[in-house]
Amino acid sequence: MLIMRHELLLVIITVILLLVEIFLPDNRKHTIILPSILLFFIVTVLGFIPGPTGELFGGMYATTPLILTMKNILNLGVLIIFIQSVNWLKKIENKGKIGEYYLILLSTLIGMDYMISSGDFLMFYLGLELATIPLATLAAWERFKEKSAEAGVKLIFTSALSSGILLYGISMIYGTTGSVYFREVMGAFNATPLQVLAFIFFFAGMAFKIAIVPFHLWIADVYEGSPINITSYLSVISKGAAVFILMIILYTVFYKIALLWRDVLYVTSILTMTIGNLFAIRQRNIKRFLAFSSIAQAGFILLGLIGQSQLGMTTVIYFVLVYIFSNLGAFGVAGIISNVTGKESIDDYDGLYRTNPLLSLTMMLALFSLAGIPPVAGFFGKFFLFTAAAQKGLYLLVIIGVLNTIISLYYYLLVVKAMFLNTSDQPIAYFRSDAYSRIGLLMCVAGIVIIGFASPVYEFILSLSHGLY
Amino acid sequence: MDNLTLFIIIPLLTIFGILFCRDHKQVKIVSAIGMSLQLINAGILITMFLLQRAAGNTDMMLFVKDVVWYPSLNIHYFVGVDGISVAMIGLTSIVIFAGIFASWEVKDLSKEFFISLIFLSSGVFGFFISLDLFTLFLFYEVAVIPMYLLIGIWGTGPRHYSAMKLTLMLMGGSALILVGLLGLYFHSNPSGGPLTFSIPAISLVHIPPDVQRFFFPFLFVGFGVLGALFPFHTWSPDGHASAPTAVSMLHAGVLMKLGGYGCFRVAVFLLPDAAHQLAWIFIILTTISVIYGAFGAIWQKDLKYINAYSSVSHCGLVLFAILMFNKTAMNGAILQMISHGIMTALFFALIGMIYGRTHTRYINEMGGLMKVMPFLAVCYVIAGLASLGLPGFSGFVAEMTIFVGAFQHNDVFHRVVTVIAVSSIVVTAVYILRVVGMLLLGRIKNDHYLEITDAKWYEKLSTGVLIFSITAIGLAPLWLSELINNGLGPIIDRLLVVAH
Repeated sequence: MLIMRHELLLVIITVILLLVEIFLPDNRKHTIILPSILLFFIVTVLGFIPGPTGELFGGMYATTPLILTMKNILNLGVLIIFIQSVNWLKKIENKGKIGEYYLILLSTLIGMDYMISSGDFLMFYLGLELATIPLATLAAWERFKEKSAEAGVKLIFTSALSSGILLYGISMIYGTTGSVYFREVMGAFNATPLQVLAFIFFFAGMAFKIAIVPFHLWIADVYEGSPINITSYLSVISKGAAVFILMIILYTVFYKIALLWRDVLYVTSILTMTIGNLFAIRQRNIKRFLAFSSIAQAGFILLGLIGQSQLGMTTVIYFVLVYIFSNLGAFGVAGIISNVTGKESIDDYDGLYRTNPLLSLTMMLALFSLAGIPPVAGFFGKFFLFTAAAQKGLYLLVIIGVLNTIISLYYYLLVVKAMFLNTSDQPIAYFRSDAYSRIGLLMCVAGIVIIGFASPVYEFILSLSHGLY
Repeated sequence: MDNLTLFIIIPLLTIFGILFCRDHKQVKIVSAIGMSLQLINAGILITMFLLQRAAGNTDMMLFVKDVVWYPSLNIHYFVGVDGISVAMIGLTSIVIFAGIFASWEVKDLSKEFFISLIFLSSGVFGFFISLDLFTLFLFYEVAVIPMYLLIGIWGTGPRHYSAMKLTLMLMGGSALILVGLLGLYFHSNPSGGPLTFSIPAISLVHIPPDVQRFFFPFLFVGFGVLGALFPFHTWSPDGHASAPTAVSMLHAGVLMKLGGYGCFRVAVFLLPDAAHQLAWIFIILTTISVIYGAFGAIWQKDLKYINAYSSVSHCGLVLFAILMFNKTAMNGAILQMISHGIMTALFFALIGMIYGRTHTRYINEMGGLMKVMPFLAVCYVIAGLASLGLPGFSGFVAEMTIFVGAFQHNDVFHRVVTVIAVSSIVVTAVYILRVVGMLLLGRIKNDHYLEITDAKWYEKLSTGVLIFSITAIGLAPLWLSELINNGLGPIIDRLLVVAH
């Protein structure tokens, strides 16, 4: 029982919220917000309490201290998103949809937890679908808006397609090894051409989920069409969970063809960083901008995966943690501004510092963290990623990576420039953001500032990350 | 709390204090107090250092403090100083102190201005005390990034363009440094033990020469970008010209020295074989910097551009001297860093003050300023004379030492480049004297210049401190030379071992 406590707790609060939502009268639906956040807060805190780990259902479900940490990281991110989205949910047009928001996000989170904990491909696939399909409904939140509807349809089509490709790969694995259990597949894996093909299909499917170039094109439209809070969930939590499970499967199931997937990752990593960065430069809509920047960040994450070492693994998890705080900080500010003023273009941010200094500073910190500028946490994350790649002697990759950080710095600075340097005749007027948004941003800022200096965070993840590769 | 960490703590506390200031005046006072404390702290450090040396403490690094930060990667907070770092810390604290007073009249967003400026200085101090490559790199970037806001918000002219260009080029340099650092890290322990970022530890390791050759260009060019190495110097004229006064002072005075210091302490010291083998390429490039900067300065009409190009020339000389690999030239390199740091800070301070009065920086629009603001004019002449290397000022000592050192090599290549580099002195004299003539002498070209007032107390304080330092070094260079030689010893020994 306790082994599955993350998932069970989530299921329990989801059921509670569902029942409460049903019995609430229509005009009191918004009262569910605070209880949802509080319940989820309790779940997050409980998740950090150490507990038993092990396997269930004959190895279908497995968890280790490291996987628990991954789940905790995701929980933290979702908690911040919950807090950040309160202001948006309270808007009049979202009346009657508040309960759905929490229920759907929680069920996708359950899916992700099962996915990360999976010990065989069936469980993995089940979790993956639970984690993606409900999201399409959220992407199409403002269903009467063309863009939002488009986002929903695009998301469901691409995820269906990628799931198909993924399943095809899995079926080949089953066909050649006679098992879907990770451990048995690992033993029976002998790198026949069909298995290599299976890996290619599997990787392509995952590449869709993580938005690795050349499977990234859906991301910009989906991100732009969805409400900002959903976008941040897609870009941070979904992506983080997919990276985690990709790492686990690469390091275990496909261990024997490491040389092959290293090459694949090498090439895709370069493509992802470069193309993500180059496209981001031209974006003027803040959501599209952050979408492309998050593609580039995925490229950097692959850099750590290539390392295939304890260092690389730790760094990937650490980087995702840092990335959650940084990206949510940026999305949080964009979300607040979009809620209050409806403005989502970077050009509208001109002169923001003079009217809303704290928001601008938070945005700047978050962007600097994404760009990897010290002394904020992103610097440490990037530095360690490059260290992981250099450890394998991949200096060419490191050089391409660092040059990409310069390109990314350029477009992050463009936003900083708009906020701090530019002046505007009609800047966004001063406004006071509500308490929830403030708490959400404060959590992000605290994370961004503290995680880098607090080496115990890194050392803790490191101490758990052994024995997987 | 140890003395060295205080150099980071004091700026941070000052920033913290500024946050609670209510108006412009309080901000200035808090900044001034903070940076005065920093200056005092630097004085104490120099005294303590000299006392320790006099007492016979011959450790390479003094006041060492070593705290493990990331145990698994062996990253430490590792600080310590030798004579060179002490001298650089002294320079930094003088320039930042003068810089605070030179920006006494910044009114627009003054809180943010002083916070960024002091934050930047904390990066510089951190850089000079670091003995761990990771923290060194961290502080390096901390020193660079506030520049973007400082130039972009409070600058003049095409400031957005200049700020972006400067930031991207310098961060590009730091990207190269990162590659070099990782290379050093993964070759820091050939026997297979724990890897390290510690400079003293790596200096004891012999890294295979082919590995050195691969990583040396990354480090030297990476730091060289900040040291205005040709052809990566182009950020410098634009950046300096657009930056507000105190930022130009700090940037040309101190930040460009980060480049020289990094080339010296990291690239040359840790990769001596490659340094010897590849020196000729970089000697050619630095010679071009020296000459190109000097000639560039002749054609400029904007005072700040003149000085920016002259900085390229003078900083090129620093890198030039470092690559000579002998004690005399290297001593000269450090002296030149300090001398140029103070002198150029003085120049930029004066230019800022002149600009504040005449509202132009074009030399052909000005004239006869000696009559209306004698104090500033005299200061300008002093700075100019120091810059062209008049005996009695620091510039002479530094350049003389460099050229004597460079001439000790008796092969044709070194002789030729030395002669070329020496000729830059003549060019320097041309542009300095030309500016002095057009700016200060002659008739007053614009009637409203007659209403100009001379320096105010804070301007006198700012320039006074700098002039005092220039003349002190010029008249009594030996103690500084002694300080530097002290730190140079082990570095030279290592370089000479490789050479033979």
